[in-house]
Amino acid sequence: MNFDYNEEQQLLADSVRRFLAKDYAFEARRKIVASKDGWSPAVWSTLAEMGLTGLPFSPDYGGFGGGAVDLMGVMEAAGEAMLVEPYLATVGLGAQFVARAGNDAQKKAILPAVVEGKLKMAFAQTEKGARYNLARVQAHAQKAGGGWEISGEKLVVLGAPAADKFVVSAKTENGLSLFLVDSSARGLKIKSYVTLDEQRAGDVSFSEAPGELLGAEGGALPVIEEVVDFATALICAEAVGAMKFACDATLEYLKTRKQFGVPIGTFQALQHRMVDMYVSYEQAKSMACLAASKSDPPVDAKDRARSISAAKIKIADNVRHISQESIQLHGGMGMSEELKVSHTFRRLTMIAQQFGDAEHHLARFAALS
Amino acid sequence: MDLNYSQDESAFRDEVRGWLKANLPQDLRDKIANYEELGRGDLLRWHKILAKKGWVAPAWPKEFGGTDWNVVQRYIFEEECGFAGTPPLIPFGLSMCGPVLLRFGTDAQKKRFLPDIYNGDVFWCQGYSEPGSGSDLASLKTRAERRGDHYIVNGQKTWTTLGHFADWIFCLVRTDSSLSKRQEGISFLLIDMKTPGITVRPLILMDGGHEVNEVFFDDVKVPVENLVYEEGKGWTVAKYLLGHERMNTGRIGASKRELAKLKEFAGRQKGDDGRPLIEDARFRDKLTRVEVELMALEITNLRFLDQMRRSGQPPGADVSMLKIKGTEIQQALSELSMQAVGPMAQPFRPAGIDGAGGGAFDHFTAGLAPRYCNFRKTTIYAGSNEIQRNIISKMTLGL
Repeated sequence: MNFDYNEEQQLLADSVRRFLAKDYAFEARRKIVASKDGWSPAVWSTLAEMGLTGLPFSPDYGGFGGGAVDLMGVMEAAGEAMLVEPYLATVGLGAQFVARAGNDAQKKAILPAVVEGKLKMAFAQTEKGARYNLARVQAHAQKAGGGWEISGEKLVVLGAPAADKFVVSAKTENGLSLFLVDSSARGLKIKSYVTLDEQRAGDVSFSEAPGELLGAEGGALPVIEEVVDFATALICAEAVGAMKFACDATLEYLKTRKQFGVPIGTFQALQHRMVDMYVSYEQAKSMACLAASKSDPPVDAKDRARSISAAKIKIADNVRHISQESIQLHGGMGMSEELKVSHTFRRLTMIAQQFGDAEHHLARFAALS
Repeated sequence: MDLNYSQDESAFRDEVRGWLKANLPQDLRDKIANYEELGRGDLLRWHKILAKKGWVAPAWPKEFGGTDWNVVQRYIFEEECGFAGTPPLIPFGLSMCGPVLLRFGTDAQKKRFLPDIYNGDVFWCQGYSEPGSGSDLASLKTRAERRGDHYIVNGQKTWTTLGHFADWIFCLVRTDSSLSKRQEGISFLLIDMKTPGITVRPLILMDGGHEVNEVFFDDVKVPVENLVYEEGKGWTVAKYLLGHERMNTGRIGASKRELAKLKEFAGRQKGDDGRPLIEDARFRDKLTRVEVELMALEITNLRFLDQMRRSGQPPGADVSMLKIKGTEIQQALSELSMQAVGPMAQPFRPAGIDGAGGGAFDHFTAGLAPRYCNFRKTTIYAGSNEIQRNIISKMTLGL
């Protein structure tokens, strides 16, 4: 039993935190969010230089061979700073499929480029009416020449506007499968937009777009579940960082804001609510530790899924609690977009529903019990 | 990061689990499983079994019978006891009076009282709360006047848990009421319950159970050698005890057992549609949320233990968090258990009435609603959860 990060993990998390505090402070982030593309090539190349884009990939492809626990401290730091770069889409989703399901040629072609920060990816999965059901896919693929052609519509593809390559789920006559499709492929169209939490996403349509099979034809569902669980563990850690900021900022406000001649933190009604936020944070952090520790192989698939769902239930409930209270305790100021805490609110609100809300994971947890 | 116990810790857990399985008498196991009230004999019997094994006071120094276990081992032991469903070890002697004497007692006091506490030959209770002094303990009024080599004690204690079983009581009393600071002038006295002038009156709780009492003191003569530490320094002693909390404040092992039991019998109960209640999504979601809260609390508790083990520091305000969450979970489980039996929660089996005289209803089922009533106490006792929030607010958050 040991809950500390090892020295390397701690050093990495600290250096990420230092970099983000310096170059990704609230004003700098605001400019990036307002820019045309909504992410920063300069920041992205720094993330690559720091080894973050290579962290969870095999040294065979230039990576550092880390796992979810190694990423946990990074994601906490990202959550505190509310990083909007397409890091989760690339490192937590797209390239994970290549690392877990790809053949050696695909890994060689893609992973070193991801590690070096030269290639960004996105995972095109959600479809109209599918909600959180990962098996409900209408997009389809058929053999054409030596390769495949993919057709279908994917919604809210995180990081789509920045992606160089997509991992797309589609059905063949043998069942659910995964395909690699270049963003420049013919028949591929992206309608880009900004999400509530200030990230970039898009609806992506494929019309007989040429693609390459990734992994076993018809055997994609277990891999999709595995990678989505991995990404869920990462946003649980990100949530912990964002919750920490929300709690810290609220506590600071209670100590400095004066009404009736005294700091409002002297009022017991507010003290107890602040304590409950803090307890909520600690409970959520515990579940994020569980999620990270169960995300890396070799964990039994059922054990992994059950643990991730348990974590996401707790995270979903507690991010709602903490984000709502952080606004209430800031009074009118919390409503203002001038305060970072209102932006944390937006990210935490979306985390509660990303990769399954509490109700989805309650059902999944029960089905696995 | 590794959330699992080390090989040594797992081996220790298996040893404890195996020993408890072999040595917890079946009749005691059944009483606990059926939520029956335990008598003095039941409690002391289990105490003596553990004393014989040498496991009754793990935290004490080795020379007085302690086990030399580290904080993680102590936690594992207590949680395994909870999970196995052993009778509780009554804390007043082992975890309160004992540690106080070890820290503040004279050699004579240690020699006189500690062996009896260890062996379960003397049953202790705690005289803190008074009718006018609950959370505001320092306002206590029971007074002790020095007359030669005795104190004369007059006043009243209340909510005295298991006072009707007790041979001795440790009390906070006021020895000087002239001081402006209320915490000063309080002393810590050990009092033999057989002393003339002591009257114990039962307080029956809403579940029909008798576990707490009022204790009246009417010119009770207490020898001065029963004063612990200095006269007027009782508050220092009381504060020391607050920092001497047990490892299992969250009662996670016991809640795990209750959760498993609830799942099992919710599988046998039928929902409105005739299918097992456990498959009813509305019921199931409530149950899962409690289960997840309990998983989180267990990991939180282990995280705190890991920190304590590294830093060597006592747990401080973290214990307050475990108390808040642990008791909320216990209450939620008792509420869901009652809810699970639906209309059959109505027949009343008062606590303390055993199965023999039963009535026409199912004995176990009829115990669930009284238990729900009884468990409302958990967020009130041992420092109400609001007091715990005050502690975190002040100590951890600096508000």
